[in-house]
Amino acid sequence: MVTEALDVHMESRRLVVRYGQRVGVGLGGGVTLPIYRHKITALIGPSGCGKTTFLRALNRMHDLTPIAKVDGEVLLDGENIYAPGVDPVLVRRRVGMVFQKPTAFPTLSIYDNVAAGLKLVGVRDKARLDEAVEKALRAAALWDEVKDRLRTPASSLSGGQQQRLTIARALAVGPEVLLMDEPTASLDPISTQAIEDLLLSLKDHVTIVIVTHNMQQAARISDFTAFFLNGEMVEFGPTENLFTKPKDPRTEAYITGRFG
Amino acid sequence: MNREEGIVLKRRYRVERLMKALVAFGTLLAFLVLLLVLVYALVQGVGALNPDFFLQDMRPPGERGGGLRQAIVGTLIVDSLGLLIALPFGLAAGILLAEYPDHPINPYLRLLSDTLNGMPAILFGLLAFVLVVKPMGGFSGLSGAFALGFLMIPILARSTEGVLSLVPKEIREAGLALGLPRWRVILSLVLPAARSGLITGTLLAFARAAGEAAPLLFTAFGNPFLELNPFKPMDTLPLRLFNFAISPYEDWHRQAWAAGLVLFALIALTSLLARWASRRF
Repeated sequence: MVTEALDVHMESRRLVVRYGQRVGVGLGGGVTLPIYRHKITALIGPSGCGKTTFLRALNRMHDLTPIAKVDGEVLLDGENIYAPGVDPVLVRRRVGMVFQKPTAFPTLSIYDNVAAGLKLVGVRDKARLDEAVEKALRAAALWDEVKDRLRTPASSLSGGQQQRLTIARALAVGPEVLLMDEPTASLDPISTQAIEDLLLSLKDHVTIVIVTHNMQQAARISDFTAFFLNGEMVEFGPTENLFTKPKDPRTEAYITGRFG
Repeated sequence: MNREEGIVLKRRYRVERLMKALVAFGTLLAFLVLLLVLVYALVQGVGALNPDFFLQDMRPPGERGGGLRQAIVGTLIVDSLGLLIALPFGLAAGILLAEYPDHPINPYLRLLSDTLNGMPAILFGLLAFVLVVKPMGGFSGLSGAFALGFLMIPILARSTEGVLSLVPKEIREAGLALGLPRWRVILSLVLPAARSGLITGTLLAFARAAGEAAPLLFTAFGNPFLELNPFKPMDTLPLRLFNFAISPYEDWHRQAWAAGLVLFALIALTSLLARWASRRF
C-alpha cells in the first residue's frame, strides 16, 4: 500500500454547503479532501456532523434543495463540477449514488429497475440491456438469487436484496464513482456483510465514498477515512493511521467512544 | 397509582367517551342527510325507473312513458370531453406545484387554483359562454364540456399535487442519481408511483362535474332529443332534472326524481370505482 501510486479521482476544495443561514458542512475554511481512484473512502462522525451533506455535494444532489447553497469546488478528474455550464445530469451519470433506505422503484420489475438508468435515456437494444443487467446483478452479488424471476416486481425482494438491487442499478449505468449514504444502516448483519464484501470486490473498477456511522465498518473496508464533527472536517488520512494514531484529540475521543 | 392519578385518569376516560359519542353523532347526522335524500328520491322516482328510462328519449308532457336516454348519453359525452380538456392542464399544474416548488409562478398558480376551487360553478358556464358559445355562434355540448373542464382543472391540479407530494423523495433522488434528467424522473418514475392516486383524483373530478347543472345552462343548453354531435346542444341529467323540476307536469316531476337517482348511482359508482382503483393499482 505504501508503494502503490495514489491517483486523485475527485477532490473537494474549500467546500461549504449552507442551508439558508446555517452551515451544513464546511466550517473552519471549507472541506478540502482528496478522493483516490479505486479506493474506498469512508466518511465518519456522529449524527448531524455534515458527512451526508458533504457526500451529496459530490454529485450535485443539493441542486434539488432550493435553500441549499454550495460554495467552493468539487473536481472530478480535475474539472469543477460546479463550474457554470456543467450539466448535473452528466455529472450524476459518472458519479452514482446509493441511499440509506433501499429504494427500488416500486412499480418496476427487478429487470427494469436495473435497466432503468439505461432504458430511460433511450437504450433500446435488448441484447445490450440484457448484458448490462446481468453484469450489474452479478457485480452486486444478486444474480443467483433473482435470475429466475427478473420479471417479478422489485418490491417482492427483501430489504438486503433491495439494497443490492439499488447498487446493481447504480452500477448498470457504469459510474466511475459510487457514493453510498449509510448503505447498510437499515440492514441485518448478514446483508451488511454481503454488501461489505461486495464493496471490496467493486473497488477494482469503481471509486467508492461511503458514509457510515459504524466505525467498525469504516475500519473493515475503507482505505481512507475522513472524520467530521459539527460541520467541520476534522481529520483525514489512511484508515489505519486515523484509527491507530489520530492526530486530533477530537478524533481520538470519537474513535475511543468517548462521545457520539 | 395514587388516588389523585386515579381521579385524573377517570376524568380522561369520561372525556374520551364523550368525544367519541359526539363524533359518532356527527357522523350519523351527515349520513342521515344522505340517507334522507336517497330514500326520498327512491320513493318518488323509483316508479319511473324501467328499461324505457334508459332506452328511450323524453316525451312531451301528457304523453305516457319515454325515458331520459338523451340526458344519460349526453352526460357521459359532455363530462368525458370536459375531462379530456381538463386533464392536460390539471396534471401539468399539479406537477408544477408538487415537483418544482421553487418555480416563480407557483405562488400565483396556487392562488389561482384556490380561487377557482371556490368559484361558483355558474361562472365557469359564463366563461365558456364568452369563450366558446359566442365565437361558435350557438349552444353546444362542446361548450358545456369546456365549462365542466374549467371546473375540473383546479380540482385535478390540487389532487395531482397532493398525491405527487406523497411519493417518497427517495424515488426522485434515486432516479436523478442514475443520471436521468428531471422530466424523465417525473414522467417515468414519479407519476407511475402515484398512479392509483392520479386515477382516483381523475374519477372524483369526473363525478364532481357530472352533477353540475349551472355551468351547462347557457352552454350545453339541453336537448329533448338524443344528440351525439358535440357541436349541437346536448342534454345532461342535471340539466334535465332542473328543467323537469321547474315544470308543472306530474310525469316530469317523477322523471326528475328518477334522473336524480340515476345521477346519484352514477356518482356513487364512480366513487366506488375510484376506491377500487386506489387499492388495485
